[in-house]
Amino acid sequence: METLRPIIVEHAFFKGFKPEHIDLIVGCASNVRFNAGEFLLRAGEEATQFFILRQGKVALEQFAAERGSIIIQTLGEGDILGWSWLVSPYQWVFDARAMELTRAIAFDGKCLRTKCEEDHDLGYELLKRFTPIIARRLEATRIQLLDIYGKYSEKKNGRHG
Amino acid sequence: MGNIPKRKMVDTDNIVDPMLPLPYQVERVRKDTYDTFTVELKSADGKRQFPFEAGQFNMVYVFGVGEVPISISGDPSRPEVLVHTIRAVGLVTEAMRKLRPKDLVGVRGPFGNHWPMEEAEGNDVVIVAGGIGLAPLRPALYHIISHREKYGRIFLLHGARTPDDLLFMKEIERWRGRSVMEIHVTVDRALGNWGGNVGVVTTLIPKAGFDPVNTVAMVCGPEIMMRFTVLDLRGQGLETSKIYVSMERNMKCGIGLCGHCQFGPTFICKDGPIFSFDQIQGMFAKREI
Repeated sequence: METLRPIIVEHAFFKGFKPEHIDLIVGCASNVRFNAGEFLLRAGEEATQFFILRQGKVALEQFAAERGSIIIQTLGEGDILGWSWLVSPYQWVFDARAMELTRAIAFDGKCLRTKCEEDHDLGYELLKRFTPIIARRLEATRIQLLDIYGKYSEKKNGRHG
Repeated sequence: MGNIPKRKMVDTDNIVDPMLPLPYQVERVRKDTYDTFTVELKSADGKRQFPFEAGQFNMVYVFGVGEVPISISGDPSRPEVLVHTIRAVGLVTEAMRKLRPKDLVGVRGPFGNHWPMEEAEGNDVVIVAGGIGLAPLRPALYHIISHREKYGRIFLLHGARTPDDLLFMKEIERWRGRSVMEIHVTVDRALGNWGGNVGVVTTLIPKAGFDPVNTVAMVCGPEIMMRFTVLDLRGQGLETSKIYVSMERNMKCGIGLCGHCQFGPTFICKDGPIFSFDQIQGMFAKREI
């Protein structure tokens, strides 16, 4: 795990963490790789990890029997994937599928939850970093819901060329 | 709000009568997406050229139906052909969709100011286009490509509703192949067979990796998209004076007489449609305006 330390320390998500917290986090980290088409996580399964994507592209998606897979969002290099490990009942809500060869660092959620219970400062630092990610994804989802490029949106005072 | 700086505005002196539509003949009609198409026009007498600046618009008249403002989407260095890319969203634009070669339309213009091509020289340029908003930005891209040495890194961030709504993709792929700019495309929704990005266009901004100190941004799309884009550009450190947006209102006369496109103390058709964000931020997204 120690070989992952420089990568973890360099990532923007962990900027400002105390060295002792980095030690705890590194202890929960592992290097993982997924070929195109492989799933990083599946809806309904226990959420045991989160990922920092180092390379590649991942589709967060929902399968619908009548339409096939619907991609909700894609994530790429540098992005954080997965927060269900933080939220009871710790189950993935969507699938995450590697669209191409993807390398990532996986963090053991159970391991981190235990450490956060023991050290609330660590828990607070992690939440401070996850909250903006969740807020930004919620904001992006709301913009998607607005259907800003829809015909109605562009009819009144809108752009048609 | 400060005074609106007079970049190059519409020079109505050069237009014989800015209220008189001149006849233009349809040369070609190309379907871009299921609801968007591009028409190429030439003056009916075959002699008149149509010089314009990137970002300007025309009032295009379908005889017997009506007249609408349409941005010019062609190459400013090719004034012999007038190109408009149009989304069929209303009565007039639906009628335009039925245009065929040799049909005649009326054209008044060009109206309005233009993208800050001179101000952007020596800088990186970030172009953020949402949906049909890429059409008014395409002349700026043509200009940059033909004066490539005058600009730093160029980023094109293009968002659309679905993969089927993406505009000018063949051309974009050609630009990507020639490495003239860094291109990032995303859609709001897609099925599993789509291999590109999914997410709102603003998600591309932090990943683009431009230097905010030496960057000029040009943004065009629905106002909601522009609002969130400006927030993210500012979040990356861009000053509001270096963020330019193209506004759209109910343009009618095109020369600031009728007042239909009034936007606070300005008229979009005459003082705009392109504003640096610091000029209009006090009015932008205000429901009273």
